[in-house]
Amino acid sequence: MTTPTPVEILDLSSIFPNFVTKDNRPGYSGWILDKKYLLEFATKLRDEYGYDLLTSVTGVDYYPDDRMEVVYHAFKTIGGPVVNFKVQLPRQDPIEVPSLVSIYPGVELQEREIWDLFGIVFTGHPDLRRILMWEGFSGHPLRKDWKEAYFEEESKPFKSRWPEGKLIHAEDNNKFSDNISYPKEFDPEKWVPEGEAALYGALAKYEHTSSDGIKSDNIVINLGPQHPSTHGVFRVTVVLDGESIVNLKPVMGYLHRNHEKIGERNTFLQNMPYTDRLDYLSSLSNNFGYALAVEKLMNIAVPERAEYIRVIMAELTRISNHCMALGALFNDLGTFFTPLIYLLEERELILDIFEAVTGSRMMCNYFRFGGVARDLPEGTYEKIKGLVFERLPRKIDEIDRFMSDNEIIRSRAVGQGILTAEDAIRYSATGPLLRASGVPYDIRKADPYGIYDRFDFDIAVRQNGDIYDRYLVRLEELRQSVRIIQQAIKGLPGGEIQTGKTQYQVRVPAGESYGRVESPKGELGFYVISTGKPSPWRYHVRAPSFINLTPYGYMCKGQKIADIVAILGSIDIVLGEVDR
Amino acid sequence: MYGKGILKGLGVTIKRYIDTYVDDIRWMGKRYYKSEGIAHRSSKDARGIFTVQYPEEKLPVPEEFRFIPFLVYDVGENGEQTLRCTSCGICSKVCPPQCIWITRTTNPATGRPIPDPAEFYIDSDICMNCGLCAEYCPFDAIKMDHDYELASYGRNILNKQKLAKSASYYESIRPFNSAKENQARSAKIAARASAGEKTE
Amino acid sequence: MDVKSINTPGYDIPDDLENQVAITTLDKIYNWGRSASVWPLMFALACCGIEYICAQASRFDLSRFGMEVTRPSPRQSDLMLVSGTVTKKMMPTIVRLYNQMPEPKYVIAMGACASGGGPFKEGYNVVSGIDRYIPVDVYIPGCPPTPQALLNGLIKLQEKISKQSLKTVRWYQKGEDQASIPVPILGPDLIDPRKITLIKNNQA
Repeated sequence: MTTPTPVEILDLSSIFPNFVTKDNRPGYSGWILDKKYLLEFATKLRDEYGYDLLTSVTGVDYYPDDRMEVVYHAFKTIGGPVVNFKVQLPRQDPIEVPSLVSIYPGVELQEREIWDLFGIVFTGHPDLRRILMWEGFSGHPLRKDWKEAYFEEESKPFKSRWPEGKLIHAEDNNKFSDNISYPKEFDPEKWVPEGEAALYGALAKYEHTSSDGIKSDNIVINLGPQHPSTHGVFRVTVVLDGESIVNLKPVMGYLHRNHEKIGERNTFLQNMPYTDRLDYLSSLSNNFGYALAVEKLMNIAVPERAEYIRVIMAELTRISNHCMALGALFNDLGTFFTPLIYLLEERELILDIFEAVTGSRMMCNYFRFGGVARDLPEGTYEKIKGLVFERLPRKIDEIDRFMSDNEIIRSRAVGQGILTAEDAIRYSATGPLLRASGVPYDIRKADPYGIYDRFDFDIAVRQNGDIYDRYLVRLEELRQSVRIIQQAIKGLPGGEIQTGKTQYQVRVPAGESYGRVESPKGELGFYVISTGKPSPWRYHVRAPSFINLTPYGYMCKGQKIADIVAILGSIDIVLGEVDR
Repeated sequence: MYGKGILKGLGVTIKRYIDTYVDDIRWMGKRYYKSEGIAHRSSKDARGIFTVQYPEEKLPVPEEFRFIPFLVYDVGENGEQTLRCTSCGICSKVCPPQCIWITRTTNPATGRPIPDPAEFYIDSDICMNCGLCAEYCPFDAIKMDHDYELASYGRNILNKQKLAKSASYYESIRPFNSAKENQARSAKIAARASAGEKTE
Repeated sequence: MDVKSINTPGYDIPDDLENQVAITTLDKIYNWGRSASVWPLMFALACCGIEYICAQASRFDLSRFGMEVTRPSPRQSDLMLVSGTVTKKMMPTIVRLYNQMPEPKYVIAMGACASGGGPFKEGYNVVSGIDRYIPVDVYIPGCPPTPQALLNGLIKLQEKISKQSLKTVRWYQKGEDQASIPVPILGPDLIDPRKITLIKNNQA
């Protein structure tokens, strides 16, 4: 068991006395900057102080105060706590902030999202277009004064359900009997659709002359949103020169389910079932992240037995997710369904355990603030023991024998889609994508949460950063997860499973918190701001699949079109998380 | 030799193929359509054919399984059915997508509320099967059902009549939980009775 | 499906020919061929799509029903299994795919989100159920429905198909093509071309 390298906590207001002040609001932490010095500050933070991984950028609207904020979280790849800095802006259009894309290229997609949902303009961004909604949509939805078409009340529970609950559907209250509202100036007969002009305009900047000096045209092809791969509704627009890729732009937002806006209307407990549906293949780690973020605000401890059960469930989720991810990757590499079916057998046995303990195969809704919801029923302990000690090690070796030496897989995966270590850190990649490129950054070791510091396990790292290495990293993580569960289940103590009484009205004191876990896809973070009311003021999800897509275009330049599907499979995305 | 990796992989596939016959012969006749055969196919020793042939063989559902909720009624001596629900409204307050509509009855003479719901609607096309309503009901009146065969040709809004199912049905699907709750309720009644005797 | 179940009652068949001869109607043979080999469109939108993939895997085998051939192209498929939340950004694509499917075609709304908007109904990017735009044959509730519930829904679809008759079926009627639906347009909000007059009246 290694302890993480101790990292000293910087006092930034003494290092930069002119433009950095400490954030002294009750319950808040971090530093407030003046936006004119943002670029200088960020360059110094990265080069002199070593904070090279900027994981999260998000916006907050403080209506009716005349203020909007952009909040940044930065980490060091050798481990340690966060540096959290904010820029405050007056709330009058146009709201402008300098873009950090030249220093940390990983913020590119996140800044586009803040423009889309809040209307904050990032000057210097190479391609500032809407990302989750379509071009031409009216308004910026996450602003506090923008109401959706089915708006009833600011926060739940709604008065129309009890005690006089007349069954009136939301459609009946809307004049179009659907979830639609148009701005006042809209005239359907005079309006002209602008279509995809912005997207194709952004792609058209790349001219290409072939090597013998003949100028040739490039083709633009759309792959998706409906396509035979199992990754979901995801669209990729590629510019091709023959079969090689010149440029590639992902288009997302086809599954944007307004998780953050609904999260602001829900109470804290009501948000827990919604977090299941973010990364729907590994719902228990989403629950874990959200429970950590709110427990930090509430400042409550979790009993021992609940901590052990949490670790067992989180690692079982990791195994079940990697089974699906490896199966989908082999599907993309051309083995039509056979390894996927073999791996889904193991996943089905794990889902049986989830169904017996939590009640549902996929949407588990099992964690509560201060523990877990139910205790393990009869027979589950023996089932988990049997799986982990006898069946899973044998099956992981079988998959290794089945696929690792296969000549076709090796020729398609070795040396393709390379991402070097420096590029991976600059593009804010986390999870198996980062570890396959040679950076041993795992939050369970770098910044341990729960009781992970008591278990003995290794970090899976490979050096080359190609598709084959990402497969090997996930296979190794399967073995390490089995090792952790073996230790946890041997040491499972008795006792209670939740501190305090179960109650549905949770009192969360005011403040902000950023809770993060090592989900199977990368770093999953929840940024929650509470004002003491039953519902959160701002609720943001730092989604690993979304941010791991930032280097996708960069990894695919020069590859053939058959490879981009394999590279997408090795990044391992889930659309519920990408679009939220 | 080039191609050794592919042959190793094919060896795995052939072993699994032979396993399907070996397992069938070892369990001759008892493997399909019997509950012990289904249990063997869902255990850690499962080899061979993994399929559970719905609709002839149904995989048994564990006790904690949650699908659409239902209201519990107790059957009295003369066969009358009384719903346990008192229309306190906690389930509709705690429901995340707000899919429960309750109308509380009022006594027409005094204008005070009576603990009995006049109407109770659940829209099963919004319900997300989270189970929070069943978890926080203080009267054990609404519980999660196990019946998942609910496909239909039209949309589904469940009213009070369609939602009501008897307490004996509840005990048959959740024996462990209902025994614990009955014990807790009888202990509370005994404690209140002994407290009442002490004051007299 | 064995020979006895497609036999029309009332006709005597000698015992030695019992398993080789059936006297039946054209409707029954037509429906038997169609219901035993429905080809779904590969269309997993969200979480319900994962349960659909699990239903195709080895534990709850879909090929026992003849449905394992999932075609990525709508021109070659019979059934559109809408599994997952339908968003406004995706709606023009779904309607275009539905129009490209050749008759006879069926639609199953799997899960709460496709039936009626589901838990995300109040969002600004979510359509309250796919039946606002395309006609649905079977609704399967649940979030997500377990693979056994999905198989139950598919059996209900097979029963619906076996009740149809060649005389009354939609695609052999004379007249205009009733199945094609105008594609919605993405404007300041989703615009349904069938409701243009309603929008004009409300905006005026």
